Amino acid sequence: MNYRPVLVSAAFLFLFAVIGSGMVAYTHENTAERIHDNERRALLKSLHELIAPERYDNDIFHDVLYVRDRQLLGTDKPVAVYRARKNGWPVAAVIAAVAPDGYNGSIRLLVAINLDGTLAGVRVVEHRETPGLGDAIETSRSDWILGFRGKSLENPGKEGWKVKRDGGQFDQFTGATITPRAVVKAVHNALLYYRQHGKELFEQHPEAASQS
Amino acid sequence: MTDTRTIIRDGLWTNNVGLVQILGLCPLLAVTGTFINGLGLGLATMATLIASNVTISAIRSLVRPEVRIPVFVLVIASIVTVIELLMSAYLYDLYKVLGIFIPLIVTNCAIIGRAEAFASRHSVLPAFLDGLSMGLGFMLVLVTLGGMREIIGHGTLFSHAHRMFGNLLPDITIVFAGDYQGFLLAVLPPGAFIGLGLIIALKNIIDKRLQARASRVTAAAVPAVQPGH
Repeated sequence: MNYRPVLVSAAFLFLFAVIGSGMVAYTHENTAERIHDNERRALLKSLHELIAPERYDNDIFHDVLYVRDRQLLGTDKPVAVYRARKNGWPVAAVIAAVAPDGYNGSIRLLVAINLDGTLAGVRVVEHRETPGLGDAIETSRSDWILGFRGKSLENPGKEGWKVKRDGGQFDQFTGATITPRAVVKAVHNALLYYRQHGKELFEQHPEAASQS
Repeated sequence: MTDTRTIIRDGLWTNNVGLVQILGLCPLLAVTGTFINGLGLGLATMATLIASNVTISAIRSLVRPEVRIPVFVLVIASIVTVIELLMSAYLYDLYKVLGIFIPLIVTNCAIIGRAEAFASRHSVLPAFLDGLSMGLGFMLVLVTLGGMREIIGHGTLFSHAHRMFGNLLPDITIVFAGDYQGFLLAVLPPGAFIGLGLIIALKNIIDKRLQARASRVTAAAVPAVQPGH
């Protein structure tokens, strides 16, 4: 039997695999930094909407701590906490909490909490809720999520931290109750977490946190 | 040698990827919620089609028939990955919306279909033209469907243009009704199926009319010639 054609074909296929991977590797090499930069800028933009840049002077993107609390933060995975400080004094913490019980999977949030325990604001980072119904949690679709600003564990009290249908203070959407219910619960839990751990969140240095 | 005009007409109309070959339905139906999303995926698909057609046509005499399919897949997968990286580097906002559908271009049968049916049998220039017109035809379907669904579903057109053009363009969103509540069916996947069905039906009506007129013209032309004999 003549193996030559088989070997030639294999060699040719191999050559193409090498050229293809080379092309991808080259592009990756030249775009990786820019892509990373884009992700960083997108996150910073949401952080700036929540905490005005003049309120802090630290490198908030790198002053980050990773914490775990399955019950209150909605995920088994470590959750990022970005810390805003001015002249070294804590100003606010932004918790990347997760609402695990959205209509269609988890909703990733950024919950910004001022030092005194009031909410500086909440934003949705990622979700798969129904377009046209549940996606009113996005700022581009409605102002609903802006309503969290200034709220705290005392205002409204425990009973108020629900959507109106469940007897609470927050509006649900026409045709969508599950999505706002999940977000309200997740924000409330993040506030509870902050009450339990607020002090520690600012004490730990990023270096120390990454070692622990 | 295939005629240039036939290639272009095939791609845009007679053998349109979306309306006649009905290929690449998954991205077609999934991303056409708005005009701009359709345009974004349309351009990415067109770029892939052109690049893969040209590459495959250029190497067609080197590739042994028994390994041609794996080679095509390799070429297409590399091109799509490169396009995905470029998009996330330069069109990040759009990438976040279309993200998961970009890798799916690899599995868009239209691309390997054109590679196998056309590019591997023709020289580089016609292959380029075929990629361009097939891609353009697919993009036209994407933006038509996207536009339809956006107008009916959200009451706007050309919204989120900054995702694609950044700050090059001012906000060109056209709002048809200020307090429009939206029509959910058009936004959800069933609306995409219904919309595509309507577009295909419209194309068939137009084709039938054209055919009827063509036969009437020949029928009228034949007797006119006969007296001369």
